[in-house]
Amino acid sequence: MTVLAVVEHDRGTMTSASLGVLTAARNLAKQMNTKFEALTIGANADRLSETVANFGATTVHQAHNAMLTDFGPEAWGESIAQVVRKISPSVVIGTGTERGHEIIAQAAARLDLPASMNCSEFDTDFNGSQPLKVVRTRWGGSLLEEAQVDAPIKLVTLANHVVEPQEELATSPATISTIEVQLDESVAQSFVQDRVERVAGVTLATSPVVVSGGRGVGSAEAFAPLEELASLLNGVVGCSRAVTNNGWRNHTDQVGQTGTRIAPDIYIACGISGAIQHWVGAMASKNILAINTDAQANIVTKAGYAVIGDLHKVVPAISAEIRRRQNK
Amino acid sequence: MNILVCVKRVPAPGARINITSDGQQVDTAFLGFTVSPHEECAVEQAVQLIEKHGGDVTVLTLGPAEAEEQLRTAVSVGATKAILVPIDTTDWDPQKTAQAIAKVIGDLEAANGKYDLVLFGNESADSCGYQVGVRAALKLARPIVNGAKGLEIDNGVAVVRRESDAGVEIYKLKMPACVGIKEGINLPRYPTMKGRLASKKVAVDRSEATGETGGLKLITLRRPPERASNTIILGNGPEAAPAVVDLLEELGVFK
Amino acid sequence: MSEFPKSAKCVIIGAGIVGNCLAGHLSKLGWTNMVQIDKGPLPNPGGSTGHASNFIFPTDHNKEMALLTLASQQQYIELGMNNTCGGIEVARNPERLEEFNRRMTSAKSWGIDAKLLSPAEVKELVPFINEEIILGGYYTPSVSVVDSLQTGTLMRESAVKAGNLSVFANTEVLDLEVENGTIKAVVTNKGRIEAEYVVVACGVWSPRIAKMAGANIPLTPAVHQMADVGPIDILQKTNAEVAYPIVRDMDTFCYERQTAGSMEVGSYAHRAIFMHPDDIPSNEASALSPTELPLTQDDFDPQMEQAIELMEMLGDAEIKYAINGLLSLTPDAMPVLGETVEVKNLWSAAAVWIKEGPGIAQLIAEWMTYGYPHLCDPHSSDISRFYPHEKTEHHIYARCDEHFNKTYGIVHPREQWATQRDMRRSPFYPREEAAGATFFDARGWERPQWFASNEKLVSKFKAACESRPHEWDARWWSPITNAEHLQMRESVGMVDLTAFNEFDFTGPGVVNFLQYVCVNNVDVPVGRSVYTPLLTPGGGFRGDLTIMRLADQHFRVITGAFDGGRDKYWFSKFMPQDGSVTFTDMSSALCTIGVWGPNAEKTMAKATQNINAEGKLVPFDVSQKNFPYGSVREVLIDGVPATMFRISYVGENGWEVYTKMEHGLRLWDSIAKAGEEFGIIPVGMGVYAVTGRIEKGYRLMGAELESEYNPVEAGLNRPKVKSADFIGKAAYMKAREEKPCAIMCTLEMIDNTSKAGIKRYPTGGNEPILTKSGERIVDAKGRVSRVTTAGAAPSLGKYLMLAYLTPEHAVEGNELRVMYMNELFPVRVARVGSQPLFDPTDARMKS
Repeated sequence: MTVLAVVEHDRGTMTSASLGVLTAARNLAKQMNTKFEALTIGANADRLSETVANFGATTVHQAHNAMLTDFGPEAWGESIAQVVRKISPSVVIGTGTERGHEIIAQAAARLDLPASMNCSEFDTDFNGSQPLKVVRTRWGGSLLEEAQVDAPIKLVTLANHVVEPQEELATSPATISTIEVQLDESVAQSFVQDRVERVAGVTLATSPVVVSGGRGVGSAEAFAPLEELASLLNGVVGCSRAVTNNGWRNHTDQVGQTGTRIAPDIYIACGISGAIQHWVGAMASKNILAINTDAQANIVTKAGYAVIGDLHKVVPAISAEIRRRQNK
Repeated sequence: MNILVCVKRVPAPGARINITSDGQQVDTAFLGFTVSPHEECAVEQAVQLIEKHGGDVTVLTLGPAEAEEQLRTAVSVGATKAILVPIDTTDWDPQKTAQAIAKVIGDLEAANGKYDLVLFGNESADSCGYQVGVRAALKLARPIVNGAKGLEIDNGVAVVRRESDAGVEIYKLKMPACVGIKEGINLPRYPTMKGRLASKKVAVDRSEATGETGGLKLITLRRPPERASNTIILGNGPEAAPAVVDLLEELGVFK
Repeated sequence: MSEFPKSAKCVIIGAGIVGNCLAGHLSKLGWTNMVQIDKGPLPNPGGSTGHASNFIFPTDHNKEMALLTLASQQQYIELGMNNTCGGIEVARNPERLEEFNRRMTSAKSWGIDAKLLSPAEVKELVPFINEEIILGGYYTPSVSVVDSLQTGTLMRESAVKAGNLSVFANTEVLDLEVENGTIKAVVTNKGRIEAEYVVVACGVWSPRIAKMAGANIPLTPAVHQMADVGPIDILQKTNAEVAYPIVRDMDTFCYERQTAGSMEVGSYAHRAIFMHPDDIPSNEASALSPTELPLTQDDFDPQMEQAIELMEMLGDAEIKYAINGLLSLTPDAMPVLGETVEVKNLWSAAAVWIKEGPGIAQLIAEWMTYGYPHLCDPHSSDISRFYPHEKTEHHIYARCDEHFNKTYGIVHPREQWATQRDMRRSPFYPREEAAGATFFDARGWERPQWFASNEKLVSKFKAACESRPHEWDARWWSPITNAEHLQMRESVGMVDLTAFNEFDFTGPGVVNFLQYVCVNNVDVPVGRSVYTPLLTPGGGFRGDLTIMRLADQHFRVITGAFDGGRDKYWFSKFMPQDGSVTFTDMSSALCTIGVWGPNAEKTMAKATQNINAEGKLVPFDVSQKNFPYGSVREVLIDGVPATMFRISYVGENGWEVYTKMEHGLRLWDSIAKAGEEFGIIPVGMGVYAVTGRIEKGYRLMGAELESEYNPVEAGLNRPKVKSADFIGKAAYMKAREEKPCAIMCTLEMIDNTSKAGIKRYPTGGNEPILTKSGERIVDAKGRVSRVTTAGAAPSLGKYLMLAYLTPEHAVEGNELRVMYMNELFPVRVARVGSQPLFDPTDARMKS
């Protein structure tokens, strides 16, 4: 009876999400009064054992196979499945990331076991012998589900950012256990075959800064100051539905229900009232700054920050201030 | 080429999702329904592929009888065939769902030959399980990669592009293959009026759903505690500019 | 943000087009210390204004609507929010072309520039239309698209800038407090505000809010489907919000309106879909907004096919946005305006669409400021018009379901409702039904319009009972009416008047009270009656009724079926609060038969008895000498206690006979039996309300009598004015000293043969009276001459119309024109003022 943490890494570099998983797995093992073990996949991850041990794992299982040089969801999932079969843990915790979900799903499929993704809480009374009650996020975080994983081995992923990583050395050094996994042609295809380095230029969906204009901008030409501010911040320009409807900008720039849903570090909403259909596209932004003449505008009341004023005057003033500081 | 796209009927809620009093479902009393967004993109991608390479796009859904509406929506944007696998509840657990879908696909393929591509959404908008496609692919004994932000066909090979912190990863899957599509791969078209009217005339085939209940069970749904928004007014008019730039610096978006 | 106030002069609930414009107008009229709240955010709180199509087609057959729409459009223009694009209504059916002629006529009345187009001419303006499936178009160049959100914002801000208004968005009303029948405070999630006035301008939520105070605003949220399709090349190329005229595909109940690069297709063709105000989702729970619900696609599909048929390019356009948009519907398709009847100082400004929003806001602001609006008479929008059964959800749903698909329908001025019939029956109904009555609806009452049993009289009076060759003129009409009219004038007829309202006022304060509300002196001897107008504070007509004095401290007001609610409200509003007057609504306790004609006296002489001083039952002397015109007597008719009132609205000797409902059938049978030897017949409302009335030039509230006109103009001023004060007295005194700039006249058609060679009979729906050269006649106060009532005068062998004319045209013998169905017909001024054409000295009534 153990809790097994599956370490996510990219060609030997551990992802930050793994640290939360290691912490959560250790905490759960303590609660269950059982052992906390970890799994790394591929020989290029052997060097992660030390980091893993710093989080208190008693055993680090190192899955080895010549194929395991890069990421391959099926090969990784099969590796997890074989290790799980071998050591029969009570709980397997993976990262709540794209890769984490995928490899836990792969393992669960291969083991014909249930899997519960994006868990944020585990039953504090869980001792390993009963079904595991979890709280998992649904609807992209808008709802929580209390669920129960009813299986001899519980596979879960941990929602990202819910557990603060905390190192805690084990009383004795971690045991390294190398497991040769058997992988056949059926999993060979789905490895990363090629890569394209991240290229310069950002999209509306991925840009950390979005400067967006609404009906209040007034015309296609009046977007120029917004373009300037976006460019000073290495961001992009977005817009509301009213703008595309008026033909001032392309639909590809539209943020909202029927446009793009974004989650930038800061969303600067200029002359946007904040209709619901727009709001749902922008609400995941980490910070929102509203520039609006109307202090009662929806966007102003919902935003973290606001400037009350005419965007045609405020936006150029911000750009001027940025340039002033740049020139210093 | 023949592409099958699995889609799910999900409610289209607002900023606040209401839950039924028994905590078992989203209250959909005044909500519309839509194809889950990743799958909407999957349909679009499939339609673009057959526009380029020729062939058929079949859409399949496991869901209530009303999910026929979503099948017709898919047809209205270019899918050519539709299959409803009716169930009498809104949701089956992921294991049971995957089992049922794989069985139906297997039966269809036994009769009509294999689909070159079976597309899934990366995860459903409502239950966010991240696993039905993976499970079904395994049962169909064909490769699958999730998170596809690009999908092209090159000489019988499905070339999948997927984003990671380091850049774009490229996967090459010999067809028949499965791919989990992620929103952003394309901008799905809206149905045209003619498309909508034509979709009403397409026959929706029905297949029986079979599957064994899996181990993930819903206990109850609830809303996370709400965050109160206390807007910080940085100032009035252009005089607020320095405060704004201070904020940008603090957030690290301007250095 | 300022602190939430504890009190205000006026709280406006709602920040849609109505609430915003109302704030602006009240501020202009000097109101201060106002607070406006909305539960949603600004500038778009999520109500119907936020998703409105925002276009204005000004032509309306209804005067009130037309004036409010034109006033609104003018306000949008003044704010720079009016984008003129023109609009074309297209016809697919021949009936619609006829309707276009009627629209041309109404356009002429209201001074709206309009033109009929051939299909090819439509195509020139709208190149993407399929002209092969249309028969023609009705083009209004002044049709415009307005920015209702921005207009509202400007109006609201004007009040804020003037320092008269503070605004609180995201503020939800939790309760309305009422004290002694008067609004006291608004309780919100941000705090409680005491307020002297509260206005409910909450659109589809209005019933829900009003209910918190125990008031009823009868409307239902209903779905209007629309879809935005595009992009479309030809529209994108215009690079404008709207460059092509808006097309209304009238016969499919559908419109196509350019919105930048897309086309908005809207429908009034789908089934009526209602929603309860309590069920409307919150802003947060809505995918789009509370009033933009998910499209129920199956309902919209047929409309899409028709839209593609008209504009093929729409078929390939993407459906970018499609909603079941919520708007407000009322049982009679008119707004719900004014002070609620249940709660003093709680006002309703509901069921208002964008096209009439700013005008209605002005109207209500005037109403709240001056006691009655100046812009126009809100007669058919007045919230007090509703009877109790008309305020139920049952009625609202049934009637809205019936009229929703008539939004673009062709509605005849005499059109009858099909639903909610048999709500109220008089006790005479079984006899009327047996006589083959065609029943018309009078606010729930089933009233015989004519009787098939009288059809035989049509041949008797053949010359005066010609049928009408045009189906439109003959619709909801029968030549039997003329026959009934002539038989009554020849002998005697009996008319079911049970739909009358009877209000009893008693108590020591009753004379003073009634003197204050009524123009004419009510302090007459017991057993006498008074005819009197009721005036607005501005001296215009507010009511028109008769009052009987039954005892020293007992008066009975008699008013018509269509004004009972309004009059009841008006009297109640001014009733002393000290208990010195008691009000009892007797309308459902009493039934009424009118008995009129040269043989009425003989008939009633046979039927009527009373108990003499010795306690013996003796025949009652009904002669004019014993029982003069205008007097009231208690009698027995075949043992039934009845009240006889010698009066006439048809110009004949006779009575209104009142008794308790349960005696009704016996009363009917007794009178019928007594009149049998004289050939008594049942007579329908076709005679009472039209032919009999118009021959006598009698004015009707809501037609000739409106708040825009005063008694001098209507010819209803008496030689003397009583000394007691009354509402509108000052204005009335002033009007008496001025020369009237309009005078009510009776006109006769000189020739009603149309260009097509058939006789036409104008229905009396605001047809303009024009000069011989076809110019509109507008008086010094800006009021236009138009037909207020039209009808046959069988005893005169004429077709008559009532209309106000300017003094220069109000000259007997003067020849003018009436436009009917876009055609001019010659008319002559037959009478200036109130003297009747038929029996000018009223000899028949009084001898």
